Amino acid sequence: MTFAAASSRLVGSRINRKEDPRLLTGRGRYVDDVVVPDMLNAAFARSDIARGRIVSIETTAAAAAPGVVAVLTGTDLNPLLAGPIAATPTLGMGSPGPHKVLADDEVRYVGDPYAMVVARSRAEAEDAVELIELDVESLVPVADYTTALLSDERVHPQLEDNRAGGMVQPLDDELRTLLESAPYSATDTFVQNRYLAVPMETRGIVAWWDPGRMSFDIWVSTQSPHDVRTVTARVTGVSENQVRVQMGDVGGGFGQKAYLARDEQIVILASYHLGCPVKWIEDRRENLVAATSSRAERATVSIAADQLGNILGVRVDHIDEVGAYPMAGSAAMMGAVIFTGPYRIPKLSFSTDSVYTNTCSRAPYRGPWQIETYVREQAVDSLARNMGLDPIELRRRNVLQRDQLPYLLPIGLSLDHVSPAETLEQAAAMIDYDGFRAWQRQEFAAGRLVGVGIGLYIEPQSAMGPYAAEPAHIRIQPDGSTDVYLGSGSHGQGIETTTAQIVSENVGVPFDTVKVHQGDTGTTPYAFGTGGSRSGPILGAAIQLAARDLRSKIVEIAAHQLEASPDDIEVTGGVAAVRGTPTRARTIGEISRSAYLDLGALPPGMEPGLETLKRYKTDMPFLFSNACHMCTVEVDGSTGSVRILRFVVSEDCGVMINPSVVEGQIAGGAVQGIGGALLEDFIYDADGNPLTTTFLDYLLPTASDVPQIEYGHVETPATTPGGFKGVGEGGAIGAPAAVANAVNDALHLVGARVREAPFSPARIVEALEAVGR
Amino acid sequence: MAVNGIPRTASVEDRRTLAEFLREQCGLTGTHLGCEHGVCGACTVLLDGGAVRSCLLFAAQLQDAEVTTIEGLSAEDGSLSPVQQAFADHHGLQCGFCTPGFVVSVTAFLSSNPAPTDGEIAHALSGNLCRCTGYQGIIAAVKAVAGR
Repeated sequence: MTFAAASSRLVGSRINRKEDPRLLTGRGRYVDDVVVPDMLNAAFARSDIARGRIVSIETTAAAAAPGVVAVLTGTDLNPLLAGPIAATPTLGMGSPGPHKVLADDEVRYVGDPYAMVVARSRAEAEDAVELIELDVESLVPVADYTTALLSDERVHPQLEDNRAGGMVQPLDDELRTLLESAPYSATDTFVQNRYLAVPMETRGIVAWWDPGRMSFDIWVSTQSPHDVRTVTARVTGVSENQVRVQMGDVGGGFGQKAYLARDEQIVILASYHLGCPVKWIEDRRENLVAATSSRAERATVSIAADQLGNILGVRVDHIDEVGAYPMAGSAAMMGAVIFTGPYRIPKLSFSTDSVYTNTCSRAPYRGPWQIETYVREQAVDSLARNMGLDPIELRRRNVLQRDQLPYLLPIGLSLDHVSPAETLEQAAAMIDYDGFRAWQRQEFAAGRLVGVGIGLYIEPQSAMGPYAAEPAHIRIQPDGSTDVYLGSGSHGQGIETTTAQIVSENVGVPFDTVKVHQGDTGTTPYAFGTGGSRSGPILGAAIQLAARDLRSKIVEIAAHQLEASPDDIEVTGGVAAVRGTPTRARTIGEISRSAYLDLGALPPGMEPGLETLKRYKTDMPFLFSNACHMCTVEVDGSTGSVRILRFVVSEDCGVMINPSVVEGQIAGGAVQGIGGALLEDFIYDADGNPLTTTFLDYLLPTASDVPQIEYGHVETPATTPGGFKGVGEGGAIGAPAAVANAVNDALHLVGARVREAPFSPARIVEALEAVGR
Repeated sequence: MAVNGIPRTASVEDRRTLAEFLREQCGLTGTHLGCEHGVCGACTVLLDGGAVRSCLLFAAQLQDAEVTTIEGLSAEDGSLSPVQQAFADHHGLQCGFCTPGFVVSVTAFLSSNPAPTDGEIAHALSGNLCRCTGYQGIIAAVKAVAGR
């Protein structure tokens, strides 16, 4: 099947985004922009200590304060819970703690909500929160995840210990012997700092239970509007068809907004309880302290190679924290699946513990399993150093070549349609790796410490369970304009644009006449939500299937009306014409009108209307994209500061729908990774008190901190319709490893090494002093 | 005061910020609040032509002031300003939440320094935080408007 050139160029083109005119002129509609009549405002009372037994909560003064409508505690709201508070995908994991939305026995982290004030204005609600008196008996917190399993204290007293999950894979004799007797090996413990999603728009919700209509209207900053509906129905006991959820424009999520947390559920329950609309907009301190936590993990990695530098096996011992009330818990299992990643590594043993702590709750954050790349890539560098090899040379000896695919991963999963060797070489050429080595020696002789680092990885997109499917609904209206309805939605990914590109090209209608509607449960088909980098491969495939289905119907109608063979009909630019005879043509509007209004003009037996709903489901448990990050840095030997000189990314995300959107995803992820490696650090003291609670202490990268990202593209199409692959998370996966390795490559010149992130000036100076510099 | 050229007279609570006044009393919700402590720059507006953080100013301070918000930068027919158009052309935004603050800051910066160096651009932008773009498209957009 061929399409005319004018429309076939749309997929793959750097077309401007449909979202931008409204967002650039201040006409976006985010949740805080939603105002409904008689709306009340909520503010939370949150714990100031990491752990304590609640003796009493005195609310009388707060309840009498100006503008206050209600002060709600666990006594009011916890009994209303009609079902589990977990997000739907994590229901099977069991309860993470007490079945409560508001703390009523113990507060379990700084920021744990124990009461909520509902008032006429936000200011009045916040004022009244100050009048609530919490009598709390301080308890010893479990603040340090590395010792949580040894502690006599319990985050959740009903549990035997602080273990939240894990997987113990004992070292078998074969791998033990390998690691002990191989000619070359390396063992290190690498520590990843706690750093956070930090969307620029904090969380927020407007929940409106209308007792007269017996229905919920909810506007919420979310990645998963349909699951918000499901959870709302579950916790309140109403049915799902009584709940409508709209997400509107969402100011970033990065995983933080994938699941509906206790905070939003409290607002929903409060509205249900009070029978009026309630708005809650999180402030920045709440977002940093109480929204979600991420990273905060460490692993000891042993890796061994033979005389020729063939990697023989790897042993990983990993631990991470999930905080007090994890919404999804650890992603270490996914890390185990993909740990050997882009290399031929025949043997793997991976053990992990996830522990509860009296800290903010863990949630997914962009590449939640990326500890695998972070520690594997540093371990490969360690091994290379022990062998006296350049890190890129050891990678070249072990990287999977195309003719070695499909490759059976040690975990038993087949890896295919990836290009790790190609991306490694493309990145090396872009950064002029060999030239850099020569320059590095020259600069070192002149007293400068510069280094180069590699982060090579496979990015898996989970398609397990409900994540395997996405729907797309396309309707061409009687005037020929096209509406597309998606159950998932964009929180920055430009899905309105990329969807219209696929639809325009595959239906044959002009890009400008396609309008994409997303994230409204009242109008869109059930979908699992935007996350896991699935919008390209799975949603994109569904859109393509639906578009081609609709095109077939257009061709059939046109062939009937033009008395031609369907094989001779071309659809392009909104016109269906007989090939070679452009005067024999029908516009999409004419065809669509007949499909709804002039039913006698349709082929005999054809169902009227011009719309289709398709669900795409993949049978593969994972889809794979891959990339290689390389960067060069300069370490200031006296101040310990790190400056990134160049940063290149060679990425293979299959067929690109819009290269500018792809590069935007890469850059955004990479800069988050750079931030995590160099600047960002959410710190608790030994008593579980957070120390970095504003943007003055929690340092996000600014325009002054970032290098220009240089992109290279390798295109290995996926086997899914369209051949698209995920690209949303990769930047955040590869960058921290590349930066860590580059910093240590520079420090290696003087024999220093840092194994704990962030690579802050203080830590680097300490490492330099340790080697007498 | 005048907001986007329209005179506004209101009596406000003493603690009401300019950002709250613009959003809630003027219905100009393009001014966004990202941190409410003066770091992220999402709430940036023009005050008598200069960029300020509307979360750090009280509305009551602004007797007779001229305020321009993101809504006041595009033409009445909705067509984009040169800065807005450059952001669209260079993918200088993703989720769009920080975008109004960037557009306002860049508009003020380029009007005072129409031919900036790379260093001046990075410095000027470092008062606004973006979590989506890695600043790549934003820097490209500023360079484009500056004719670089």
